[in-house]
Parts: sequence; C-alpha cells; structure tokens
Amino acid sequence: MAIGVNSPGRAQIGQKTLRTDRWWLAPLRIGVILAFFVVYATVRIFMNKWYWVDAHHYLTPLYSPCVTASCVPGSSHLGTWFGEFPRVIPFSIITFAVLAGFRGTCYYYRKAGYRSLFFAPSACAVPEPHKSYTGERKFPLVALNLHRYFFYGALIFGVLNVYDGVLAFHGEDGGFGIGLGTVIIWINLVFLWLYTLSCHACRHIVGGRLKNFSKHPLRYRYWTFVSKLNPKHGTFAMISLFTVILTDFYIMALSAGWLSDLRLFN
Amino acid sequence: MTYKGKFRVWRGDAEGGDLQDYEVEVNEGEVVLDVIHRLQATQTPDLAVRWNCKAGKCGSCSAEINGKPKLMCMCRMNTFAEDEVVTVTPMRTFPVLRDLVTDVSFNYTKAREVPAFTPPADLKPGEYRMQQVDVERSQEFRKCIECFLCQDTCHVIRDHEENKESFSGPRFLMRIAELDMHPLDAADRQKAAQEEHGLGFCNITKCCTEVCPEHIKITDNALIPMKERVADRKYDPIVWLGNKIRRRA
Ligand code: SF4
Ligand code: SF4
Ligand code: FES
Ligand code: FES
Repeated sequence: MAIGVNSPGRAQIGQKTLRTDRWWLAPLRIGVILAFFVVYATVRIFMNKWYWVDAHHYLTPLYSPCVTASCVPGSSHLGTWFGEFPRVIPFSIITFAVLAGFRGTCYYYRKAGYRSLFFAPSACAVPEPHKSYTGERKFPLVALNLHRYFFYGALIFGVLNVYDGVLAFHGEDGGFGIGLGTVIIWINLVFLWLYTLSCHACRHIVGGRLKNFSKHPLRYRYWTFVSKLNPKHGTFAMISLFTVILTDFYIMALSAGWLSDLRLFN
Repeated sequence: MTYKGKFRVWRGDAEGGDLQDYEVEVNEGEVVLDVIHRLQATQTPDLAVRWNCKAGKCGSCSAEINGKPKLMCMCRMNTFAEDEVVTVTPMRTFPVLRDLVTDVSFNYTKAREVPAFTPPADLKPGEYRMQQVDVERSQEFRKCIECFLCQDTCHVIRDHEENKESFSGPRFLMRIAELDMHPLDAADRQKAAQEEHGLGFCNITKCCTEVCPEHIKITDNALIPMKERVADRKYDPIVWLGNKIRRRA
C-alpha cells in the first residue's frame, strides 16, 4: 500500500519531493562536521597524552579536570580524586561523558542529528525513509528529556574551565604572562559559556517555567536575558564545537612539541 | 517586464491526477496566486483554487510551490528565474478535493480536542486581571493565521498517515503552550500535551518554524518550552520529590 505523501486520499503526485533547491547540502555539511567531531573526540580521548603544557599551564578542555593519579604532574591542579586508571579506560572519561551527554541531548544537536544522520527528515517536505516513526516517546529517545541534568553538569565543568583559563595566564618566568594559547583558551571559554547559557533547559529553569512573570521580577530579568541569547543557540553550538577542537588541537600540538607557543607577553 | 512563465500545476482529485504544463503571462510585481488566477481566467476555467485575502492574512491559499509549503499570495514571481519551471501542487499531507484544494478538516478536529481557556472556578467574568508581562509571551502565538502550512510540513504526519490519530501537530501543540503559559488558565495542559496530543512525537527538527508565514518561532518558543514543562511533570525525579515534600509540609 502506498504510504507517506502518497497515502490514499492525498494528491497522487508520484515524485517524493518536488524541491528544486539543493536541500541536501545543509544536512550533508552538518553531518560531515558532526562525524568529524565524533571521530576527533574519540581518538583524542583514547590518546591519554598531550593534554597539558607545563611551561604555560595550558590544559585542554577535553581533559579538564584532570583528577586521576595517571595525570601528568602539574595538570591535576584540582587535586587527585581517583587512583590510576587501567590503560583501557580513558582517564578523562567523566569529562567526556558529561560533555558528550550535554551535546548529545541538546535540542540543537538533536535537530542536527535527526536531520543529518537519521534523515528524519533530512530537509522540510522531503520524505524520510523510515517505515514507522515514534519520535521521542519511547525508550531510548524518551531519555533525552533528561537534558537538564547534563546542563547542570556542564555548568560545573564550565566553572572549572574558567579556573583552567585563569591558570593559563602563566608567564615564562613563572609570573603573569599571555601567549596565543591563552587567547585561544579564552575565546573558547566565551563561546562555551554563550552556548551553555543560551540552552533551552537553562531558559526554562531561570524563568520559563513560571506562569506569572509579574510575581518574579528577578527571574523575569534572567529569562529575558537568556531569551536574547537563545535564538542564536545553534550558532553558538557550532562555533563552540570548532573552538573546542581548535583549543584542544593547539594544546596537543604544543604538548607534543610540533609547535611552540607564540608569546605575546612574558 | 512581461514574459511567458512556465508552470506545472497538479490537476486531479482523490481518484488520481497529474502535473500539467502551461505557459502563462507573468507581469512585474506579481505573485504566484496572480498567475494561477490568470491561468484560470484564460486557459483552465475549471481550475480549483482556494483564496480570500491576497494579503497573507486569511491562510486560505496554502499550497506547495517547487516542493515547499507556501502561501501562493505571498510567493513573489521575482524569486524565480524567467526560464524556471514553477511547480504548484496542493498540500500533500491532507486529502485532496480537487486540483489545488485540500480538505483540511483534520485540523478542525484537532482544534476541537484542545479544551478551551479554563479560568479558575472562583473567578467570574469581569474579574479577570492580568499583567502585560504575563501575557506577552503567548501573544506571539496569536499571530497564527491558521494556514496549516506547519501541519502540512510536519514529517510526523506528512510521512506517517497512521500518526494523525495521536498527534495534534505544531499548530495545536502551540495552542496548548499558549494556554499553559496563560496567567489565568487553570486546566492541566502538561500531561495532556504528552499523553493525549502527542508532543513526544515532535523531534524539534523545526520544519514548522521554517514554513510559518507569520514567522512564529513555533519550535523554540512553544514546543521546546512545552517539552521542558512536560519534563518537569513527568521526567524530573527532583521536581517530583520537591513537590512531594512540599505537599507533605
Ligand atoms: S519541530 Fe516538531 S512539530 Fe515542528 S515540524 Fe518538526 S517534528 Fe513537527
Ligand atoms: S503557526 Fe504559522 S504555519 Fe502554522 S497555521 Fe499558524 S500561521 Fe500557519
Ligand atoms: S545545550 Fe542545547 S538546548 Fe541545552
Ligand atoms: S489569499 Fe489569504 S493568505 Fe493567501
């Protein structure tokens, strides 16, 4: 039996879509970016090295906080909370779980993933290939409703990243200093925070859940602030993805000795 | 600047039909609906097309132009090259009546399923008081002209006829959000949104927002906030515990 747009009773047009624009370009582009990030992050997580530059106190966000006994000296500035991890378990596994969980349950990445990776649908008014569809009603997708917990986790990691950023003002002589690495780290921090604060769950928690704004003037102000950032959430999501990769790559390159840091001051 | 535009228009009814080619005069400043009207006046007097205001305000002339759900009266001809074929079909999610006209009664059924505004029991008409900041958020949703382009484009029902039964579609989930955000509405909208109106089907891919001629941010401002409200009620163990303790105290 004909299904989808050719279901009985509907206009029998035949072609699946009559769109003439290059509707496949945007989902393809996003899909390639997502795939690249997933591969890059997986490889980096299992490397278990080149995450810390001792001379300048740069720590990559992918390994922050470094709190196991396996961390190289200097990188565990928040203390050592766990013993050595067996070789097969990446010791940044907790960071990775929270960050991947945050992005994986994010409303923007959900849209991007459904469109680019699951074709549900890849573009508007273009039929999806799936026979049946239940959306986010059933296990496992219903668990995406837990996004808010990853948001809380990301807030904590965001604060830790700021702390790492402060330590990155470490000069050659031990005092204050700024290098290209410091600048990259701070650009990344700005976009990470813009991404985190523009989150839909954040918008709901600060005030969106209220029925009467007039009874909560302060929360109304927070909500108004987040509502200004929120329309750009997707843009921040993508920019921060690139800045995270850039920061991590730069620190890896310094740590591995492929590059030396460009010092701007001390 | 007048030229002969190439048009492909779907002609037929529920029994069947096909795309037919026409050459029609196009003048400067015209929209697709103008050309469809000229086609009707000069070559196909029996072409069925629904329209009313020609100003993007009545929501009658919804169709699909080059595969995209659009209002015919708001789609300018100068967005196409002169030698480009412009394909016009009826909306593909609803049953077709004839040519460009579809039966949109699905939407009226869904509208009736949403309980009306329910003020608190102790408040009489004339006693309603509310502040502008409290109603502002939902005023955006009242711009809706009920063109049903969002319903047409939503893949949940466009690609799955069987979901029509359990999914109200973006237009009416937005209506539920509007009432849930209303400072004086006392009905329980949150559980109903998920359990009776199928909010969980929506995977926030934003096609409704993309096609809305009123530029309502349906997904960001109605559907996602509604999903978060549902999460409070149904999927958040901490909120659940907090409510339990508060009720005990
Ligand atoms: S965002 Fe949700 S309601 Fe809107 S078109 Fe997509 S699935 Fe349908
Ligand atoms: S929400 Fe927008 S697209 Fe949907 S019916 Fe209303 S005006 Fe049309
Ligand atoms: S981080 Fe994207 S919606 Fe929360
Ligand atoms: S004719 Fe009224 S919206 Fe197009």
